[in-house]
Amino acid sequence: MTTLAILNARVLDPATGYDGPGGVLIENGRIVRVMHGAAEIDADQTVDADGLCLAPGLIDIRVKTGEPGAEPKETLKSASLAAAAGGVTTIVVQPDTDPAVDDPAMIDFIQRRGAALNLVNVRAAGAATKALDGQRMAEIGLMDEAGALYFTDGDKVIVNSRTLQRVMSYAAAFNALIACRPSDPWLTEGAVAASGELATRLGLSGSPAIAERIGLERDLALVEQTGARFLVDQISTEGALETLARARAKGLEVAVSVSINHLCFNEVDIGDYRTFYRLDPPLRSEADRQALIEAVRGGLIDVITSAHAPAPAEDKRRPFAEAAPGAVGLETLLPAALTLHHEDGLDLLDVLRPLTHGPAALLGLDAGVLAEGAPADLVLFDPGAPIIVDADALRSKSKNSPFDGRRLQGKVVGTWVGGRKVH
Amino acid sequence: MTQPSLVTDQTIQERLVPFPKSHFLAASDLNPYVTPQLLDLGDAFVDFNRQSSKALDVLHGRTVVNLFFENSTRTSSSFEIAAKRLGADVVTMPVAASSVKKGETLIDTAVTLNAMKPDILVVRHSASGAAELLSQKVGCAVVNAGDGRHEHPTQALLDLLSLHRAFGDVTSLTVAICGDITHSRVARSNVALLQMMGARVRLIGPPTLVPGDADRWGCEVFHDMREGLQGCDVVMMLRLQLERMAGALVPSTREYFRFWGLDREKLAWAKPGAKVMHPGPMNRGVEIDSDVADDLDVSLIQDQVEMGVAARMAVLASLSARWGDK
Repeated sequence: MTTLAILNARVLDPATGYDGPGGVLIENGRIVRVMHGAAEIDADQTVDADGLCLAPGLIDIRVKTGEPGAEPKETLKSASLAAAAGGVTTIVVQPDTDPAVDDPAMIDFIQRRGAALNLVNVRAAGAATKALDGQRMAEIGLMDEAGALYFTDGDKVIVNSRTLQRVMSYAAAFNALIACRPSDPWLTEGAVAASGELATRLGLSGSPAIAERIGLERDLALVEQTGARFLVDQISTEGALETLARARAKGLEVAVSVSINHLCFNEVDIGDYRTFYRLDPPLRSEADRQALIEAVRGGLIDVITSAHAPAPAEDKRRPFAEAAPGAVGLETLLPAALTLHHEDGLDLLDVLRPLTHGPAALLGLDAGVLAEGAPADLVLFDPGAPIIVDADALRSKSKNSPFDGRRLQGKVVGTWVGGRKVH
Repeated sequence: MTQPSLVTDQTIQERLVPFPKSHFLAASDLNPYVTPQLLDLGDAFVDFNRQSSKALDVLHGRTVVNLFFENSTRTSSSFEIAAKRLGADVVTMPVAASSVKKGETLIDTAVTLNAMKPDILVVRHSASGAAELLSQKVGCAVVNAGDGRHEHPTQALLDLLSLHRAFGDVTSLTVAICGDITHSRVARSNVALLQMMGARVRLIGPPTLVPGDADRWGCEVFHDMREGLQGCDVVMMLRLQLERMAGALVPSTREYFRFWGLDREKLAWAKPGAKVMHPGPMNRGVEIDSDVADDLDVSLIQDQVEMGVAARMAVLASLSARWGDK
């Protein structure tokens, strides 16, 4: 039985709010001691962190892979390698694959295959409806038993309110978490950019911000009625944040996630029709971006995701409206988040909380925290190191990164999963 | 009676002005300095097109490829005639029917064509930004012949040439663009070019067909045709695509015609002597009454078709003037 000590670090634990010198002692893949301040430790192996930041490994709850069905886009292995390189120690794979992950065997398949890779923790979200058809409820109970962490139809909105009501109501029996993208599908039909002056000038169909609020109002009304555990997935507008804040003030307990892309970019980035910025939901105004950053700062947002959506060159090298939406993000998630710390003044713990403790608490994982008994899923990073993102050098099979060529400040130095160094 | 002097290669060379950019993708690629010179060149080509001998050497030895992903007989023919009269070898690629169906991406098509070394690529595509995307991937000049709902800059130039010939000075004109502004690349290009040349532009249409932020384009926005047409020198009607009806953006063609279709009664609200334009093809009885469209005293619609060839000749010749003797 070997022990590993990581010492002389700046320990950052969003779960407890600790930000100070210290280290951890690891045994059998778990943290057995967390040191605040300097300590003399006897361990089989010692890593001198040299003052770099040590934090819980990131938990990314919204990762698309091409496996099964579209492996040239991304496999579980390439996604895991990208995650490890990005300091992400747990990924939750989305169900919108081909075939969709809508039965317990598929959940089992992904988790077993992920475990066999022996890199990062690979978990799965199940589909809320069979084949993501928005009509027939999927086997939520059996998938829950098989280890599905939550249920969602991914980017597809469950248009039929009766179906969503039944899904929410049924899931409550298992205390299962349902996630939905807030959107009114009629107002966003055919849209590829945020409604506004820029989209109009570029001749692109716009998605109005009100569509997100309308979708959210409906979803929240159903949550209120059914008592479901609910995650508002990928919020992107100021108006929807206001709706959410009002609902919370009324006592409704719903979680909310935002993608790192919507915190880092705004609609202006799509100028010149750059398809790496073709995202769904589309990039919004700077006012929306600032409101989202404030919501992270104020704790209104529980989870930041990479919204990792690989798309190979043949899907992106198209006119803007015809290009596949989405961007890879596993490997750039932490550097981008750290850049928010530097450029937008977000406190380091406030940035890390929705990347670690926030998703862990939402999904009931014992990770995302530096505590005795917790799995030794850790990331060591240099918060000040400048990097220039080179999409071609990313581990993902697809290279559709909107950060390509961007300067970010923050670099992952080491990643441990269950006490084992994976990067 | 004296005959006008023949327009020859030398006449054109004397009036030739290098195009300000390597490609013509949007009206904003022009500027207030070069546009009058292009109009002057266009004038020369109008005279040239009216003479019996219609062969020039301006593009001799050059290859112009017409790449039309969207069907458009009118624009395609106009470019083809323009290029041929300038002496170019012209190839019209049937891309809508072939490579696209085989799953080839736009860039693959561009790279393939690029290897054939054309000099000018004329592109029409249903996606906004397609011409710009191609321009980044090929080594030749790209002319946007309409991309999605983004821009149709040669249409704006031919409209300007028509107005220049009808009115002379365009800076004092008030032009009303009427109909489906939201989905119109013609409107976007015309707003940009007319404003660049100092004209006042009004936009008129039902609220479902005018972008909510159109007031930020520097135009006055009207939803009432009579109010909007008051004092206008030019009424530029836009084609209403039939799918907009299916999209329930207006209740019916007869209601649309009643409120936004141009007939004598509504035209009477414009300035006396006002001219009517339409990029064609027209939906008679939907956006325009035949009575107005066919009245040569007010309609510039046939002129627009004629000016189309001349304006496109001016663009192609002007682009070639950038090349020097390479």
